[in-house]
Amino acid sequence: MAEHTGDVEIVPCPDGPVLVRGSFAIVGATGPSVDRGRPTVALCRCGLSQRKPFCDGTHRITGFRTDDEPTPLS
Amino acid sequence: MHLPPSRGAVSAALASCLLHGDEPDALNDLVEAALVLVDDLIADDDIQISLFMLYELHYGGFDDVDDALEWNPDLLRARARIEARLEEQLRSAVSVTEHPLPTVDAVAGALFRMTAPTAGPGFSRHVAKKADEQQLRELLLHRSIYQLKEADPHTWAIPRLRGVPKAALVEVQCDEYGNGRPELMHSALFAQTMRGLGLNDDYGHYVDQLPAVTLASLNTMSMFGLHRRLRGAIAGHLAAIEMTSSIPNRLYGDGFRRLGHDSATTLYFDEHVEADAVHEQIAGRDLAGALAAASPELLDDILFGAASCLLLDELTAQHLLSAWRNGESSLRQAERSRGTTRTRAPGHYHG
Repeated sequence: MAEHTGDVEIVPCPDGPVLVRGSFAIVGATGPSVDRGRPTVALCRCGLSQRKPFCDGTHRITGFRTDDEPTPLS
Repeated sequence: MHLPPSRGAVSAALASCLLHGDEPDALNDLVEAALVLVDDLIADDDIQISLFMLYELHYGGFDDVDDALEWNPDLLRARARIEARLEEQLRSAVSVTEHPLPTVDAVAGALFRMTAPTAGPGFSRHVAKKADEQQLRELLLHRSIYQLKEADPHTWAIPRLRGVPKAALVEVQCDEYGNGRPELMHSALFAQTMRGLGLNDDYGHYVDQLPAVTLASLNTMSMFGLHRRLRGAIAGHLAAIEMTSSIPNRLYGDGFRRLGHDSATTLYFDEHVEADAVHEQIAGRDLAGALAAASPELLDDILFGAASCLLLDELTAQHLLSAWRNGESSLRQAERSRGTTRTRAPGHYHG
């Protein structure tokens, strides 16, 4: 939760989901929008969630690992 | 709620003070004596129900107790004596094997390792696969003493934090409190689950049936939350709660669905699968991790708070599974013998 000025903040969590907070909508590729359920959501990155697009914690069972430390914006 | 029945000399003396305005001199003598005689505070019914009564004065209070007693110095003195011993016992009982640097990544990583899901049979898997209807009811009764005021003990910490950790805690708590929609408060969803099983959802309705270890879990949260000195511990405690929630709640929901309960009844568990996958990241990184980075002197307490949560969860799970494996109720015998709760016929746990 670094200080930021944009409307949307996207946080790739190490070995975990992508957190998205701010003003955004999740739009289905072929269907209606997805109800976010809450202001800040965790989107599945390991591909194994049973509640996609949301994270359900399954990455912690499978030992999912990431190595995508983002380069900070200047 | 009304003041629950006492369970021994200390809680009886405390009840006299609370209900009849007796001077707390005798209470403090009895507390002092009990703390000499009692070895394991976590398992002591008299001490834990007393602590529950003293803390409840700061939450919803009791219908039959004067609200002004919340800040009675003698009652606070009795509470402080018990708290000192409880904290001492917890600090010597927990094992903290992680020693991260005070950085966001290192602390969050350590907390995730401490709370990593374990393979093999466990409490939540028992609920998913084997628990019967009465065991589900007992599970809800044990959980109700915290879940009907879910998030409240950690909310005490908000004014004690600043900056990123404060914003993180508020973000998590907003979700816990339904983001402005009272019907979506997690405590309200839990009440809905209780009603789904025909249980009374008034706070404290079943407290007399709950054993010391169940009360000790809540009392520990209250102690961490009410002392600014322990703000690291309450932050670590919340991180541990959130990090041990998504997968167990999925399994709890499976158990209730297996026995035919509807989606309104399982909504509480389903909500926690998604919500706590978010909260565990925020609590681990932006609350606990950022707090350690800003105040490295709190790092040890952050880990202590998390380890305390895990210890009490484990002790509670052991209590329930042990009773169920013996074909017994996990609720207090004294209460059951009064016939105020449904009991199941003696049987054997098929594990």
